[in-house]
Amino acid sequence: MASNPIDQFKISKILDLQVGSFDFSFTNSALFMVVTVATTAAFLILTTSGRGLIPGKLQSLSEILYEFVANMLRDAAGAEGMKFFPLVFSLFTFILVANLFGMFPYFFTFTSHIVVTAALAFLVIGTVIVYGFYKNGIGFLKLFVPDGVPVALLPIVGLIEVISFLSRPISLSVRLFANMLAGHITLKVFAGFVTSLSSLGFLGIVGAALPLAFTVALTGLEFLVAFLQAYVFAILTCMYINDAIHPSH
Amino acid sequence: MSEKPDPKTDDAALAARNAALREKLSARSPQITEDAGPDTSTAKSGIAQAWRLSSEFVAGVLVGTGLGWAIDWFFGTGPWGLIIFVLLGFAAAVVNVMRASGQMAPSRLHIHQTKDEDRAE
Repeated sequence: MASNPIDQFKISKILDLQVGSFDFSFTNSALFMVVTVATTAAFLILTTSGRGLIPGKLQSLSEILYEFVANMLRDAAGAEGMKFFPLVFSLFTFILVANLFGMFPYFFTFTSHIVVTAALAFLVIGTVIVYGFYKNGIGFLKLFVPDGVPVALLPIVGLIEVISFLSRPISLSVRLFANMLAGHITLKVFAGFVTSLSSLGFLGIVGAALPLAFTVALTGLEFLVAFLQAYVFAILTCMYINDAIHPSH
Repeated sequence: MSEKPDPKTDDAALAARNAALREKLSARSPQITEDAGPDTSTAKSGIAQAWRLSSEFVAGVLVGTGLGWAIDWFFGTGPWGLIIFVLLGFAAAVVNVMRASGQMAPSRLHIHQTKDEDRAE
């Protein structure tokens, strides 16, 4: 059973669709995005539809999710940042559910594709830039001028700050994509060791216990990473939104 | 008696000074303490921190390189745009990493500053 650890990330067309010269085919990646959104929306709508004053278990879960994101945003960007709650909440739940779906065997993890994470990151940075200029006008550029810098150094420091700002969407998208990609490849490789070792006879089966234990441990770690990366994406979004609202450091 | 303060009041005074300093620091840089709150929970897992710092660094260098390359391509300025912007990108990457790590370990900063202040007195 020679399984390529990269095969799990292959995009396959489910529904071929060509509009003009563009390829709008419905892929397995798109399918899992739809499933992710549908699951999240259905969960939140169904669990909160009871509107119990004393929440049940599932309603508590929805409320905890809301409170968690709301507190995160309020802590990082202040009460004014709550305008962006729908954005941050959607991003967090979308990434979290997508990452957790990726933990099911045979499921497709679309957050392991940089085109998806980059689109999300540029959405965030685009929002920050547009809202920053809309709210502060030209004063938004103060973001690139730290306090107490001598005038002579200002061009260099300003340029460095601009590059640092431009690197945000890259680091945001690379972090999420690389984490998911590396995690899934590692899992697959270690699981592959188990099968290939155990085909070597008795000693191989005994030796296979080690990678098996590793796979179990890595699965636990991957669940942690799935949550952590969604959290990191959301908290950094909050911090960048804070920059848009209060551009002076 | 006043020349040789007993250790109990000395400790109490130190704790009070510590608290005052912490208050002063947090008043001076509310940004850092606000951001630091949530990040301490992620700092527990070392691998998350490693990913964070390395991606910040790589992104800075990549953006600098890309900008320099684009400038050379548009203005035909030879290798100079690339050379200068790779260096600037490197600087931006270091700034990124320092920001990311500074937000992750605010407690250590407090300890260092308290010690420095004690030594100065």
